[in-house]
Amino acid sequence: MTEAPLLSVRNLRVVYPGDDGDFRAVRNVSFTLGRERLGIVGESGSGKSTTGRAIMGLIASPGRVEADHLQLGDTDLSTITEAGFRKLRGKRIAMVLQDPKFSLDPVMSVGKQIAETHRYHFRSSRKAARQAALEMLAAVHIRDPERVYDQYPHQVSGGMGQRIMIAMMLIAGPDILIADEPTSALDVSVQQQVLTIMDEMVKSRGMGLILISHNLHLVSSFCDRVLVMYAGQIVEVCDAGKLHEAQHPYTRGLLAALPELGHRRAELPQLQRDPAWLIDLPAAVGTAA
Amino acid sequence: MTAPRGWVRQIAGLIRRIAGLLGSVSLTFLGLTCVTFVIGRVIPIDPVIAIVGEKATRSTYERVFKELNLDRPIPEQYWIYLKKILHGEFGTSLMTAHPVLSDLLRVFPATLELSVSALIVGVCFGIPLGVVAATHKGRWPDQIVRFGSLLGYSMPVFWLGLVGLLIFYAKLGWVEGPGRMDVSFDDIVPTVTGMITVDSLLAGEDEVFWNAMSHLVLPASILGYLSLAYVARMTRSFMLSQLRQEYVLATLAKGLSPFRVVWIHALGNVWVQLVTVIALTFGSLLEGAVLTETVFAWPGLGLYMKNSLFAADLNAVIGGTMLIGVVYIVLNMLSDVIYPLVDPRARTRK
Repeated sequence: MTEAPLLSVRNLRVVYPGDDGDFRAVRNVSFTLGRERLGIVGESGSGKSTTGRAIMGLIASPGRVEADHLQLGDTDLSTITEAGFRKLRGKRIAMVLQDPKFSLDPVMSVGKQIAETHRYHFRSSRKAARQAALEMLAAVHIRDPERVYDQYPHQVSGGMGQRIMIAMMLIAGPDILIADEPTSALDVSVQQQVLTIMDEMVKSRGMGLILISHNLHLVSSFCDRVLVMYAGQIVEVCDAGKLHEAQHPYTRGLLAALPELGHRRAELPQLQRDPAWLIDLPAAVGTAA
Repeated sequence: MTAPRGWVRQIAGLIRRIAGLLGSVSLTFLGLTCVTFVIGRVIPIDPVIAIVGEKATRSTYERVFKELNLDRPIPEQYWIYLKKILHGEFGTSLMTAHPVLSDLLRVFPATLELSVSALIVGVCFGIPLGVVAATHKGRWPDQIVRFGSLLGYSMPVFWLGLVGLLIFYAKLGWVEGPGRMDVSFDDIVPTVTGMITVDSLLAGEDEVFWNAMSHLVLPASILGYLSLAYVARMTRSFMLSQLRQEYVLATLAKGLSPFRVVWIHALGNVWVQLVTVIALTFGSLLEGAVLTETVFAWPGLGLYMKNSLFAADLNAVIGGTMLIGVVYIVLNMLSDVIYPLVDPRARTRK
């Protein structure tokens, strides 16, 4: 990565105030993102989704986002107001959520929902937004966009729903897409298809992608680089292809706990947690690319 | 639009839906006649004495007893009752000496006018208040709305009516007092719908209209406060559950303003649940009208039923009960019809 990063994060923290002290959901997180596919893996509650939402400015109060440095292209996110953030969301940075059944508004036609993003960011006319939405539907390989445009979320399948979601999030041409478990709610048979389409869109537009997942296989085969998170921190960064060579005992434990096809084991090893993993790490760990 | 086969299937589906609707409506109606018939039997009023008076001779009593078919077996009596009702015969009111049906047709528009105005108040203020309470959960706007709804729930409407009259009519003089309009305006506008505000507009009598409005605003607000309390509470809880949905996060991630997310996306989903609530609220407004109309001397169904109850006018009471029951049935039908308009999932049931 020789060019300036699309996103650079240094010492990101997300804090929820609680009765017995603050809870640090994300801490000491630093990384940069170029025009690449970056995976974030970790178990439930490790802070991977929260990291994604913090970058989007979507942490609801009373949660707080703090960072030494949070830069999206030439925009400093740490000083921006909520109104300023609104202009960036969808336009510069967008997010695909897990299950299209829940992440699309059930009472608005999918076409309108896609066109809405266009209208909002470009102040475009109804007609222009519709045209752009139809083109977007075609771009995510939906046959007969005219017909699908007027359908409602309950009328489309999961794989189609997720492609609609991608169209809705990419129509305003963001630089970065955060995909938060984009395929875990889908049938195995359509997971690959959705990933391929996402990859195609991200590549052809020269975007950066952050893929958040708990699926190690998926991330290692799909991404360029992987961040491993545990208890709100990045414990390890490695090249996706070399994930099996990971050093951190947590990552090793996760890998060891994976079942393998054609390799029957009586019992999968359990992850043995070491309290030492919880100690604050130097914030710089994620920047080593 | 589509191939003829799809077109035929659509028509068939429509006919099936209408048939289903009619079936359930007539069943409900049958149940309603059963209930009113039983009420007529168990109510501690001797229908014969109510007609002939206490001093009638034995032979007169027996003749009327026979005329009322009270000597027949109960199932036969019910059959006769049912036949009469289907012919629109509710008998004659003792109090007014008019057929009950024509009485009902005369008083009902006044009640409709009052309760529709109350519903407009309840919906127009209740929904926004509920939304604001939900988006400000736990903060002062929420506290105010919740306290206000609790008050609306727990205050008896007749007491509110009296206090309202005292303050806004007697002390401040902002509104007109009891009745539908000043006596001097009586019989100026021809009756078309029976709702004076509408009729006066149709006749172009502005003065009558504003006078009627001034009479209407206080009872409608007080009755509307009841439905406001309910609608605001339900809107608040529906909205809170919608705001937790994933699509809210997704629409925010698109860059939309929180205003649009709440008032277009989330409220669009809240409407789906609110349709039933509003229909039921309207039904309860008819019940609330009995007390409101008494306090405000509003010559509607409520006042009519109250008077006929005290006069032991059984035909009128049962007729009025039937009417309220029919209104409930119609409301349910209406909400069934409106439902697919707000919820696309109800449109394409396959």
